[in-house]
Amino acid sequence: MKLNTLFLGLCGASALAFAAHAETITIATVNNGDMVRMQKLTDDFTAKNPDIQLEWVTLEENVLRERVTTDIATKGGQYDVMTIGTYEVPIWAKQQWLLPLDNLGADYDAADIIPAIAGGLSADGKLYAAPFYGESSFVMYRKDLMEKAGLTMPDAPTWDFIADAARKMTDRAADINGICLRGKAGWGENMAFLTAMSNSFGARWFDEKWQPQFDQPEWKKTLQFYVDLMKDAGPSGASSNGFNENLALFQQGKCGMWIDATVAASFVSNPKDSTVADKVGYALAPDTGLGKRGNWLWAWSLGIPAGTQKAEAAQKFVSWATGKGYLDLVASKEGWANVPPGTRTSLYNNPEYQKAAPFAKMTLDSINSADPTKPTVKPVPYVGVQFVAIPEFQGLGTTVGQLFSAALAGQSSVDDALAGAQTAAVREMTRAGYIK
Amino acid sequence: MATRQTSSLARLMMAPSVILLFIWMIVPLAMTLWFSFQNYNLLNPANVSFAGLFNYKFFYTDPAFFQSIWNTLVLVVGVLLITVVGGIALALLLDQPMFGQGIVRILVISPFFVMPPVAALVWKNMIMHPGYGVFADIAKFFGAQPVDWFAQYPLFSIIIIVAWQWLPFATLILLTALQSLDGEQKEAAEMDGAGFVSRFIYLTIPHISRAVTVVILIQTIFLLGVYAEILVTTNGGPGYASTNLPFLIYRTALLGYDVGGASAGGIIAVILANIVAFFLMRAVGKNLDK
Repeated sequence: MKLNTLFLGLCGASALAFAAHAETITIATVNNGDMVRMQKLTDDFTAKNPDIQLEWVTLEENVLRERVTTDIATKGGQYDVMTIGTYEVPIWAKQQWLLPLDNLGADYDAADIIPAIAGGLSADGKLYAAPFYGESSFVMYRKDLMEKAGLTMPDAPTWDFIADAARKMTDRAADINGICLRGKAGWGENMAFLTAMSNSFGARWFDEKWQPQFDQPEWKKTLQFYVDLMKDAGPSGASSNGFNENLALFQQGKCGMWIDATVAASFVSNPKDSTVADKVGYALAPDTGLGKRGNWLWAWSLGIPAGTQKAEAAQKFVSWATGKGYLDLVASKEGWANVPPGTRTSLYNNPEYQKAAPFAKMTLDSINSADPTKPTVKPVPYVGVQFVAIPEFQGLGTTVGQLFSAALAGQSSVDDALAGAQTAAVREMTRAGYIK
Repeated sequence: MATRQTSSLARLMMAPSVILLFIWMIVPLAMTLWFSFQNYNLLNPANVSFAGLFNYKFFYTDPAFFQSIWNTLVLVVGVLLITVVGGIALALLLDQPMFGQGIVRILVISPFFVMPPVAALVWKNMIMHPGYGVFADIAKFFGAQPVDWFAQYPLFSIIIIVAWQWLPFATLILLTALQSLDGEQKEAAEMDGAGFVSRFIYLTIPHISRAVTVVILIQTIFLLGVYAEILVTTNGGPGYASTNLPFLIYRTALLGYDVGGASAGGIIAVILANIVAFFLMRAVGKNLDK
């Protein structure tokens, strides 16, 4: 018994000595499939960098956002690498909470990062977070139903075509809805979709003086179009549908079209889960001829907090995880279909990837057609396509989302919802000091 | 008989724990009060200043404020009604000797162990969904139009979900109370010719009234803070129909890391909870003094 304890103690001591020799960096990350895969492949990194140990903190998206934001704002210093989205990066960079990534190594090839994504992660021309995974949104549609309706989907449809097709595809008796769109209230739920959609109708959240714009005709057109379309061709219960609910509906063959994240393409085309896997086509998100399309842009990225003591090791890790070599590593171990998409142009030029992912070209075109630094037709003072990168947006976006979901559920009129949104936005922006 | 010495000794002995509990309570409360008078957003730490009562004013002038208080009360009262009445009924049934009693009791209690977000998701997507929920299937079987629960009756839907979760708790407490009812009293009442109804009113109800009080008080504490169920089902919508006070605080302040606003909302919630507790203690708390 005593010997055992002594032995354990010795082991502990030697482990401590080893740990003291090696540098440990703590990485906060989100629990999606691509990130979990990265954790499994870290042997490759530790083999190349034997003096760096990795410690993972894996969290659900909302919890992660809460933890890393609290940590960085209070200078907690728990993490050396943080997984953050395109929403956080501009806000944090402005506060100088992130280290600019200027030391990623000679073979990193930052110019290969898709320009739209790099733009969303930069401030003043400096990259503040390296994209690990990127996505946009596009139209997924049922080729068979489109044919039955006597229509052909163009590669770049207009909203009028989408609305017309949705109404023609709808067959209430057979429980087929022409179009499924997000309706559940929330800044990352219905407002992500509606904000992106409003861009294509020429609307904007704020003018150059941060004056809210919900009283303008463009927003009225957007919301009226959405509510009418969903009433005629949307599924029942739309006002509580988010990504997962619509995914289930589409996979069960109950939607003619669905406009949502490009990552959904790999789910709806997977025959294991989807009853319509062989009948799905893809098209760019619709527009109205004003020069902007209704698609968003999101990237999970790795950033390094300014307070870390281990910046060098952290940069090495970020360079490894978001470099070209990592894509090859995943491809060699798990196949091209499982490579994290949406970050590097070279991936989309790779014929093997194009073969493994039939939606690759449409995904790249979608990402390229979104520009977070110039998201709208009219000029705006903010960054972000489907969000406004200011700290107040999460709360305000959710309030506006609630009002718009009431319009969708038929509990308030479109005009009332917009008037309420305008009041709420003016109130919040005045309080936060944007409107002087 | 406690002499003066022993009672002061008792006070002395109790003092450490009382002091500890007091500190436990007063420090967070004082900090919340302090923050509620500050302009303080975590994401904008350079801009901290004294705000006076502005945070409170901003909070109670929110267009959703009064509706959210009303929703909070409706939610509490609605769930209490369902769980107390349903709990008594279930407890009466479970108190009967029957085959497989142990298993049935475990089954009845099990909803209490399901985590709130999980329960809410199951209800939302598998039971109440108008496309593929069980309720929709039942409605279609009878040729009726499926109800879109979360769009048409958002608050009522949440009451149902929360009541489903708390019903087992009420049942459990009331069942133990029923089991402590003396069998001889029941027999005596029966021999005196009392029917089921009069036995229930004059014997059972007085016997379990203290247990009912406990159920009401404990549940009220937790129901004032219902939040997870709303977040995963409706996010407070459509409109403000299912926004209660905790959700309003979450939306206006926590989502934006607004420490000042969240603290002011928290203080308002504490005041509201105290008002509810005051009336509740007057109404039902007397039972506990007997």
